[in-house]
Order: sequence, then C-alpha cells, then structure tokens
Amino acid sequence: MVLTGAEIVIRCLQEEKVEYVFGYPGGAVLFIYDALFQQEQVRHVLVRHEQAAVHAADGYARSTQKVGVALVTSGPGATNAVTGIATAFCDSIPLVIISGQVPTAAIGQDAFQEVDTVGITRPCVKHNFLVKDVRDIAPTIKKAFYLARTGRPGPVLVDIPKDVSMQRCEFEYPREISMRSYNPVVRGHQGQIRKAVQLLLEAKRPMIYTGGGVILSEAAEPLTHLARLLGFPITNTLMGLGGFPASDRQFLGMPGMHGTFEANMAMHYSDVLLAVGARFDDRVIGNPAHFAEEPRKIIHVDIDPSSISKRVKVDVPIVGDVREVLQEMIRQIESGAARPNPDNLAAWWKQIEEWRSRNCLAYKNSDEIIKPQFVVQKLWEVTGGEAIVTSDVGQHQMWAAQYYRFDKPRRWLNSGGLGTMGVGMPYAMGAKLANPDMQVACITGEASIQMNIQELSTCKQFRLPIKICNLNNRYLGMVRQWQELFHGGRYSESYMDSLPDFAKLAEAYGHVGIRVDRPADVEPALREAFTRHKDELVFLDFQVDPTENVYPMVQGGKGLTEMILSAEDL
Amino acid sequence: MRHVISLLIENEAGALSRVSGLFSARGYNIESLTVAPTEDASMSRMTIVTSGSDDIIEQITKQLNKLVEVVKVVDISEAAHIERELMLIKLRATGKDREEVKRTADIFRARIIDVTETSYVVELTGNQAKLDAFIGAIDNDLILETVRSGICGIGRGDRILKL
Repeated sequence: MVLTGAEIVIRCLQEEKVEYVFGYPGGAVLFIYDALFQQEQVRHVLVRHEQAAVHAADGYARSTQKVGVALVTSGPGATNAVTGIATAFCDSIPLVIISGQVPTAAIGQDAFQEVDTVGITRPCVKHNFLVKDVRDIAPTIKKAFYLARTGRPGPVLVDIPKDVSMQRCEFEYPREISMRSYNPVVRGHQGQIRKAVQLLLEAKRPMIYTGGGVILSEAAEPLTHLARLLGFPITNTLMGLGGFPASDRQFLGMPGMHGTFEANMAMHYSDVLLAVGARFDDRVIGNPAHFAEEPRKIIHVDIDPSSISKRVKVDVPIVGDVREVLQEMIRQIESGAARPNPDNLAAWWKQIEEWRSRNCLAYKNSDEIIKPQFVVQKLWEVTGGEAIVTSDVGQHQMWAAQYYRFDKPRRWLNSGGLGTMGVGMPYAMGAKLANPDMQVACITGEASIQMNIQELSTCKQFRLPIKICNLNNRYLGMVRQWQELFHGGRYSESYMDSLPDFAKLAEAYGHVGIRVDRPADVEPALREAFTRHKDELVFLDFQVDPTENVYPMVQGGKGLTEMILSAEDL
Repeated sequence: MRHVISLLIENEAGALSRVSGLFSARGYNIESLTVAPTEDASMSRMTIVTSGSDDIIEQITKQLNKLVEVVKVVDISEAAHIERELMLIKLRATGKDREEVKRTADIFRARIIDVTETSYVVELTGNQAKLDAFIGAIDNDLILETVRSGICGIGRGDRILKL
C-alpha cells in the first residue's frame, strides 16, 4: 500500500498499539496532524505546552508498562520538549518523541523554526534519528519503539523533515528488528548469581537496597518474594517506592538525603548490601568516600553495565534484567537447603528496631496551622493508599514520599533523577488517561504547579478529574530550607510574592477550587474532592505552615550516618 | 594512565559526534581521535587515545559500549599492540638547509613527497615519539606547517577487532 510519510507515521503508531499521543501541532508536522485527523485508533491529547506533552507521555509510561508517545513540531516545539525528554532520560522512562523538522532542502539554512533537534537532544536521549528518506520512516519508528522499551529503557527521538512526511512510498511495518550493535544482556551470569546467593545466605547484617529498575522491569513480585524468603530489611529509593510494600514490617523506609534514620544506618552498617536496579545516586548515599568506610560486600544487579561500579566499588556485579535475576536467585535459594542464620538476623533486627524506635518521621502536629505532613497522611487515609500519586519537586515531594505509603508499584510518579518542577500535573494527566478507573492525585507546591499550570486547560478539555493537592507555603520551600540551614537565613528569591488565588484560578478554567486554611478542614475537603467532586478536577489549596522543614536530612557531601533528625538537632 | 581504545561503529551520520559528545559531556579526556571506514563499508573504526585512572577507563569503555551505534570496543593498550601516526611536515629548504633536511629525513626513514625551489613536504609515519623526535631534530625556524593524523592502532598477533 502506497502511503505518505505522515500516514506511515500514524500507521506505525497503530501497529505499536499506541492509545494516546500527547502533542502540539505546528508547521513542520501539519501532514502528520492531517493523517492523525483521518483515523480514530490513535487519540491525540492537545496540551498547552510541549514540555507538558512529553511529561504527560512520561506519566502515561510510568503508570503503565507501555511506551509513551509525544508529537511536537520543529524549532520551538522541539526545544520546549527537551526538559521533558531529559526528565525521562534521567529516570529511564520509555518514550518515543516524534518531532517535525524543516524540509530537507532547508536544513542547515537557518530556516524559520529550524533547530538541530538531533544535536540538541543527543545528550539526553537513549538514541535519536533524523529520517531523510520516506522509506526509512517505518523501520526507524520500529527501531525507536524497540530501543525505548528494551534494555535500560529511555526516550528515543525521531526527527522527520516536513517534505519527507509528504513523500510517498510502499508501507510495510517490519516484523523483526535486529541491530548488530544493540544486544542488551537480559539473563544474569549464573556464576555471579551463585556467588551473590552464597554471600546473602552468609550475611550477618544484610540489607536490600532497590531502585527504579525494580519498577521498570516489573520485578516487585519477585523482589517481595525474595525479601520475605530471606527475612532481610529492605529499602526502596525515591524511584523504587512501591517495589516492596511500604506497610510491611521489613520495610525501613526510603534511604538517602531525606530517608529514614533506620534505612540509612542499615545501609551504612550492613555487611552485605544487595543493590537491585538502583545506582547509588548522590542523593542516596551522600558522600561516596564516607560510604566506602565500612567494609561491606556489595552485590549490584543492573541491566546497565555502566551503572555498576560507577560511584561505588562493587564486589559481585550482575548485569541483567532485574526481574530475571531475582527469579533466578529465588530459584537457587529455594532449591538449596541453606537459609540465613536466624541468630545473626535476630541480632541485626534488634539493632534495626533500636534505630527505628527513634521514630524519625514524627512531627509536631497542630490545631492552629496545617502541617504539610498531615495533609499527605490524610490523603493516604482518604484514598486508602490506593491512589496513583504524582508529585512535583521540592519539600512537598519529600513529604509525599515519606508519608504516603506505597504498597504497590507504579503508584508513585515523580521526577527523581532530573528533579523537574512542573511534572506533577502532566504526569497526573497521563496517568489518569492510562488508568481512568483509578484515583489520581498530584501533590504539589505553589511554585511547582505554576511551572505548567496552563495544563488546567488540557484537563478541562479532556475531562481529567485529577485531584491537585497544593501544599501552599508561599515559599520555594526546599530552597528556603537550604537557605535557612546553610545560607544564614538569607532567603534570596525564595519567597513567592503575588501568588494567585489558586481556587479561583481553577474555577476560571472550569474546575472546582477549594481553599483550606484550618487543620480540621483537611480531611473533609479531601473527602469532598474524592466523593462529591469525583468526576471533576479539584484544586485543593492547602495553606500550610510556611516554616516547616523536611526531616530527617543528610546534608550534601555528608555521610549517611551524619543525619539531622529534627529541628532540635541543629 | 594513557590508553588506546579502538572501536567499531556503524558508519552513520552523527555517530562521531555521539562519541565526541560523550567524552565532553562526561569530562573525559581525548588526546587524539582518528576515524575511517573499514573494509566493511557499513562500519567505521575509531582509535581514541585517552588517559585516566582504571575506574575512568572502565567507565569510558562501558559508556562507549552503551552507545547504540557502537558495535565493539576494546582497549588495545591492555596488551601488545602497534601504534602509528602519520605526519606531513612542510619545511623551508633553501641553500645548505636543503641537504641537511634531506639527510635528517633519510635518518628517520621519512620521504620527501613534494619539492619546490624553496620547500619540501616530508611524510613520516611512526609512533608519536618518533614524530616528536623528528620535529626536535629539525631547526624550528625551518618548519612552515605541520599536520599529524592522530594515532591509529592495532593489536599484535591473534588479537583481532572484528565483528
């Protein structure tokens, strides 16, 4: 069948079973938009800014196992998309971004709306392509989806010049894909796994440390099985929350800069650390030199060899898909007779319980002023812990991670690696479209939400009844916290002057807006949002204590054991 | 430590910038980089001379391997290997210098490949040290222009980098 390049693009998306494309039209993609118009299978979500298109596709991908798709035009369309692409890249989220480009004859001529999209995005994509021949469109898109979802997932960009999208050729979608230069290792090395299992069984102070890789490879089930089989303490990073049930006794909370005392101490003083799909980020282990002080054996399972021994020296590297490797570990342990020594484990747990008894997430609640932690706790109660929660970046993000207990994977969507403010609402949009029957809440702050607030309009158009919980403290909270702790209380530009009335703003877009001033009104307001206004977007503007800080805290450059547990510690 | 990393890469537009971009983005050092197609026209071979601690070299090879277009990576300086560099050097050659330059070129087994009334172009291959020595042996005032290729390297004996 002879089709235009634009029609081929859409046919390829159909072949990939793409439900939603998030995008924004423009000159260079008009043929593609025309082809989109003439079919019904692939639905388009018109956002109000390309950054939100990529974030929404990203939220869609994070809440499902599927590849998110965004479509943007050349020049400013593509540059607006870059922050979204970089965000997905840092967290290894599978995306395919299709960008329009000026006609091939105009490339390099500084044409109107021309930018070297492939050049600009090169450092923040898993791979990218410029398609110069209409016959290459189908094989390139096939490759793009394959690259995005296999190995260590990531965003892949396909740049298509306008003239290529109007040329015609025979359409055939390739069935198989083979790239001699791209063969990710999926099965872990058997010998190394055996070594790892032996280390785990002999450990005196074992600790399981897991990250986003567990979520990406759908490994929550084998991880939970393995952790329970061994009876070891376990921590999930910010990206790994939900990989193991947070309400389980074996769960020590999140590690790192704002992790729990018990998780950080157990990480630091463990003698065998099983790291699974986690990459020893600076926000997790603090100072690597300090982390290396304790003699401990590290087993590291990761699909990306370059993540292994990048920041810390690893004793047993296992390259492979996390799910496959965990299953093999379980198989080996269950088929053998050896089990961890119960006396060793009991002594270790006794120590951990002692750390845990510090109750490091305790905060002083108030009848007078709303505590942000309290809002998150109430949200958890009201949603029964079952909601998909997105968050932006800042203090509210850490409170969300600390106080909403995630028992299942793909319930917590957050920009962990890049720390992008403005992801919260677009993530919620993507997640709600992908999971229309689930409750979706966005925990945000007055600064973050304003970075993509125009998407209230998109939510209206597509009737997306997400619940926005704005922890409004009238400050760039995390910036203020650091200025308070490390810059002598000089609040340079962290104060948000002239904030809008968010409730009215939401109403202006046709949504429900509720301002909440008193602690007693927090729960009723949340209940109202999830019941009476079930089918509407509700913007809850919580006026929270502007002086509240996130604790516990490990200061940048310090070690995991040098924690500030509360304001009294200062 | 100095390392010579050889890699095979798909002969596609933008492949070189992916490699060079990786080095600049991650703050790795590139001393020289040479690239040309191989006997298989779909593939190019690069030789990168770089330096760093063992950890850094390990990261460099891992990161290179991660690039989708990179087919194979080896650190050929891990074992016996041969390095060669090509230099073309244009020298002022008048009066008694003419004979002197010719003699020096002969000693270095260099070839004079272009002659004018006032200049020679000398072609010289060898390892870096030999080329440096030639420059050292020539009166600096005589050097009009120098161009060097950067290193290309190959493993000795059975060590073969091929798909």
